[in-house]
Amino acid sequence: MPPKRSKSATSSAGSKGKGKGKRIQSPVHETKPGHPDDIFPLVLTSATQKLFGCCSDVDVTGERPYKLLKKDDVIKDFKTRAAVSDFSPVKQIVLDYPDDDLLLVFDRDFIYGQSFYLVLTPEAKERILNVAGSPEPETPQVFEDEAIKTPEPEPWISLGSEQEIEEESVRETREKLLFTYKLSEVRRKFGPPAVFSDSKTAVTGCPSCPDSRFSIKLMLRDFGCRAVPRLHSSNTQTKGKLTSDVSTQYTPREFSNEEKEEILRSESFLNFFEKVTSSMLKALQQETIMNVFVDRWKAMGTTSEDEYLSPEVPKHLMLFKVFTEEKYAKGKKISTFNWHPTLHGVIAVALTEKRTEDSPMFESEDSFIVFYSFSDSSHAQLLLECPGDIFAFEFCPSDPNIIVGGCRNGQVVLWDVSAHSIHLKGTQPGEKAPFNTATFDVDDHKEKNTPVVRYCAASPIENSHKAPITDVQWLPPTFEVTNRGLPVENKYNISTQVVTCSPDCSIMFWDVRVSNVNRSARKQSADQKAPYSFLNTFKHLVDTWRPFYKVSLPMIGTTGKYAPLKFCLEPYICVANHTAGATEAENENAVNSEVIPDFSQLRVPLAETLTPLEDVNTKLFIGTESGEIIYSDWKKVIDNSGSLESVKPLHCFNTHYWLVNTVQRSPFFKDIILTIGNWNFAIWKEGVTGGPIIVSPNSEQWCTVGCWSLTRPAILFIGKEDGSIEVWNLLEKMIEPVRVYAQVSNAKITCIKPWTSSKQNFLAVADELGMLCMFEMPKTLCVPSRNEISNLEKYFVVEEDRLQDRLRRKEQRAKEPKRMDCDKPLKLPVDEEQEYKNYLKLEEQILKGLGLLSATPESHTFSHTHL
Amino acid sequence: MAEVEETLKRIQSQNGVQGIIIINSEGIPIKTTLDNASTVQYAGLIHQLVMKARSTVRDIDPQNDLTFLRIRSKKNEIMIAPDKDYFLIVIQNPSD
Repeated sequence: MPPKRSKSATSSAGSKGKGKGKRIQSPVHETKPGHPDDIFPLVLTSATQKLFGCCSDVDVTGERPYKLLKKDDVIKDFKTRAAVSDFSPVKQIVLDYPDDDLLLVFDRDFIYGQSFYLVLTPEAKERILNVAGSPEPETPQVFEDEAIKTPEPEPWISLGSEQEIEEESVRETREKLLFTYKLSEVRRKFGPPAVFSDSKTAVTGCPSCPDSRFSIKLMLRDFGCRAVPRLHSSNTQTKGKLTSDVSTQYTPREFSNEEKEEILRSESFLNFFEKVTSSMLKALQQETIMNVFVDRWKAMGTTSEDEYLSPEVPKHLMLFKVFTEEKYAKGKKISTFNWHPTLHGVIAVALTEKRTEDSPMFESEDSFIVFYSFSDSSHAQLLLECPGDIFAFEFCPSDPNIIVGGCRNGQVVLWDVSAHSIHLKGTQPGEKAPFNTATFDVDDHKEKNTPVVRYCAASPIENSHKAPITDVQWLPPTFEVTNRGLPVENKYNISTQVVTCSPDCSIMFWDVRVSNVNRSARKQSADQKAPYSFLNTFKHLVDTWRPFYKVSLPMIGTTGKYAPLKFCLEPYICVANHTAGATEAENENAVNSEVIPDFSQLRVPLAETLTPLEDVNTKLFIGTESGEIIYSDWKKVIDNSGSLESVKPLHCFNTHYWLVNTVQRSPFFKDIILTIGNWNFAIWKEGVTGGPIIVSPNSEQWCTVGCWSLTRPAILFIGKEDGSIEVWNLLEKMIEPVRVYAQVSNAKITCIKPWTSSKQNFLAVADELGMLCMFEMPKTLCVPSRNEISNLEKYFVVEEDRLQDRLRRKEQRAKEPKRMDCDKPLKLPVDEEQEYKNYLKLEEQILKGLGLLSATPESHTFSHTHL
Repeated sequence: MAEVEETLKRIQSQNGVQGIIIINSEGIPIKTTLDNASTVQYAGLIHQLVMKARSTVRDIDPQNDLTFLRIRSKKNEIMIAPDKDYFLIVIQNPSD
C-alpha cells in the first residue's frame, strides 16, 4: 500500500468541509489508487457481512457507508473462524485497537481497492465520522460512519502570492513614537497683571511661508452652484373695461311729409335759409372759378407716378437668341444685316470675309447673305449667293422678295427670292413649313440643304462703282427720279429705283426696270442665256444695267471730291393734291399695288409724261470717309456750258474725325438725323445750317455703329469696338450714356438694328465674329416716357437755339477784336499808370502808419518790374 | 315755400351741383334732391362730422363758432353750411 497522498490531500483540503463523500471521492478517484495509512481495505464475504450486519447495499449503502463494529465482535470472529476470518490481516491492529468501536466503511466505489475498508485508528475514525456523520449524531451507527467527504482544513500551501502582498502591504516598521510636549510658562510668570502695548508691526500674524520645494496644484475643486430665479412679484389693478360686441339695428328717423312741410314753412327755417344761401352760393362760385386745391408742384412734373426720374435701365440685356451658321459663318464677320420687313422673325445677314489690309482685293470666294429665322438659330434658311462681299443690302419696300445689295467690287446685285418666300414664311416661328415639292428636290429637302439663290442680276463692272459700295437705299415708292435728276411722281407706287454710294466719290441712281435706252443692246442680251439664273425677273438688266443718274460731290472751297460712305434720304410721303386725272390714276394704282408687279414688264416711263413733284426734298445728308457730314442736293444745275453739273454741297461740317459709319434719320422726327463717327456722334436738324445741334463728347472706344430706338424717341444705341453697347438717353444726359452693356460681344460690333412688334422688342447685334445676337429689350427701353416726344422736341429746339446763339456770338466776337485791337494800346496803359500811382501813394500811407516806411527806391523798382 | 323752392333751384343750377340736402339739428333730412338712401347716409354721417367740427372750433375758442365746412375729396366737394337748428349740405363736382 504505497501511500501517495499529496494531490489527493490538497484536493480534499481544497474542498474540506463540503460534506458529502461523493464529491470528495471523485477528485480522489481521478488521481491514484493509493489509500491513506489509517485505513485498510478489506474484503468481506457475504457471510461475514451477514454476521456483522453490514451487507453491502442493504445495511450499508452509498449514503450510509459507515458501520461501527464492536471490537469484541471482531475478536470473537477471530476465535471462531481463525484464519478464515476476513479480518485476519488486521488481527493485530484490531487487538491493539484502544477503542471499543471500529469503523467499517463501505467503499462502494472501490476507491481503495476493496469493497470495505476498516479504519485503523480511533482518531481517523473520529475524524471521518465527524466529518460525515455530524448531522446525525443520534444514531451511533451513523456517527460511526465517519464522513470522509468533509474536507479537512489543510495547511495552506504558499504559491507565492503572499510575497506580493508582503511587498504591497504597509506595515509599521517600528513602534509609533510618542512625544509628549509640555509647554508652560515659567512659574514666576503666572499671575502678574497683563500688560498691553501696541505692537510694532501693523499686522501680527503668522503667515505661512511658501515652501519652494513643492507646490500643490489644485487640480480639482468641488464647486456647486444653484440658480435661483429672480422672482419678483408685483400686481396691478386696472379698470378693466370689458369689451363686448354690441350691435344695433336701426332705421333712420325720418319726418313724415306733413312734418316736413311744417318745418319748411317755419320761420326759423326761412331765416336760416336766407342766411345760408348767400354763403353757399359764394362758395359754389368759388369752386367754379378756380380750383384752389391744385397741387402745382405735382402738376409741374412731367413724369408719371410709375417712373420717377426715368426708370433704371436694367444692367443686363436678356439674350434671346444667338444666330450662327457653322458652315457659312465660320471665320467671317457680319458686315450688315436687315430684318425682313414683312416676315416676323426672319433676318438676312451679310457675311463678309475678315480681310486684313494685305489680302488681295478681289479674291473670288463665295460670299453669302444668310437668312436666319427664329425657329432655327443655327441653320440658315436661305442663302443668297453674291459675287463678292456685300457691305450693304436692302429689301425692296414694296416687294420684300427683291433684295438689292452692293458689293465690295462696286457692283450692284439683285436677288429675287419669291420662289422661296413660302419657304421663308414657313420658317416663321409658329408655322409649319408647307411641304413644297415643286420648288425643292425631294433629296434636298431630306438632307435639309439650305437653298441657295443666285443673284438675278449684277451690274457690269464697267458701269458700277470703282470702289466698294457702302450704302444702298431704295427710293420710296412715292416718287421717282428721272434721268435728269428731277423727282417725279411714281405711277405704280412701287419702289423701283435704288441709290448707291461709294467712296469713289459718286452717288448713283439705278432703276430696276427695263430702260428705254439701249433697246438694241437689250435685244442682243435677250438672246444670250443668262447664266445660272432661275428667274428671269431681272433678265433684262443683265449686261446692260447702268445707273441712269450720277451725282458727284465736289468739295466746297477746294478741288476734289468727297468720298461718301453713308447717306440718308428724306422719305417722301405723297400728298394727294393732284388733278382729277391723277387721282384716278392713283386709285387705280392703289388697286394695282396689291399685285406684285413683274419688273420685266415695267418700263421706265418717259420723263416728260410724268408730272414733276416739287415738294420732294432732294437733299441728302451724306457722311464721308474723312468724317465730314455734307448736306447736298442731288439735283443738278445747268452750268455755264449748258450741261448738267453737280451742285456743290450746301453745307459741310467736319464733326467727326474719321469714318462716318451711320447716318440715320430718326423714326419719330422727320428732320432729325443721327450721324456717328468713330469717336463721337452728332445730331442734326435739317434746316439748321450752322452745324449739328448736339454733339456728344468724344469717347475712348471707337463707335462702330448706332441706331435710333424704334419705340422711344430719345434713345440711341451705339455699338463700340470692344463689343459693348451704349444706351444714350438724349433727355437725361448728354455727357455719358445712360447704360453701358459691356461685353455684349467679344468682337467689334458691326451692326445694330432694333425691331419691335406689339409683344416683343428685340435688338439684334451683329459682330465681327459672325455671330448675330438677339436681345430682348427691357420694358424701360421700349416704353417711352410720358411726353417724351414733346420733351425731345423742346430739347431740340433749345439746342438749336443754343447753336444759333453760339454762332451769333462767334460772329460777334469775330468782328469785335478788330475794334479792340486798335483801341487797346491807347486806352489801357493810361489807366494803368494812374492806378499804379494811386497804389504807390496808398502803400506809402500804410507803411507810414505802420512805421515801417523806409524810403528805399528798390521797393519801387521791384514793383515796377512787377508791372 | 316758393322762395325756398326758387332758391333751391338757383343753387341747383350752379355748375356741377350734384345734390342738396337740408337736415335739422338732429340729423333728420328735411329736404333733399337725392334719393332716399343716399340722403339718409349723408345726413347721418355729415351730422356727426359737423358736430365734431363745431365742438373742435368751440373748444379752441369758446367765442368762435363754425360757419362753413368744406370737404374736398377726389371726386367731389361737400359744402356744409351749419346753423343753430338746420344744416344745408350741397354736393358739387368741382370743375377741374
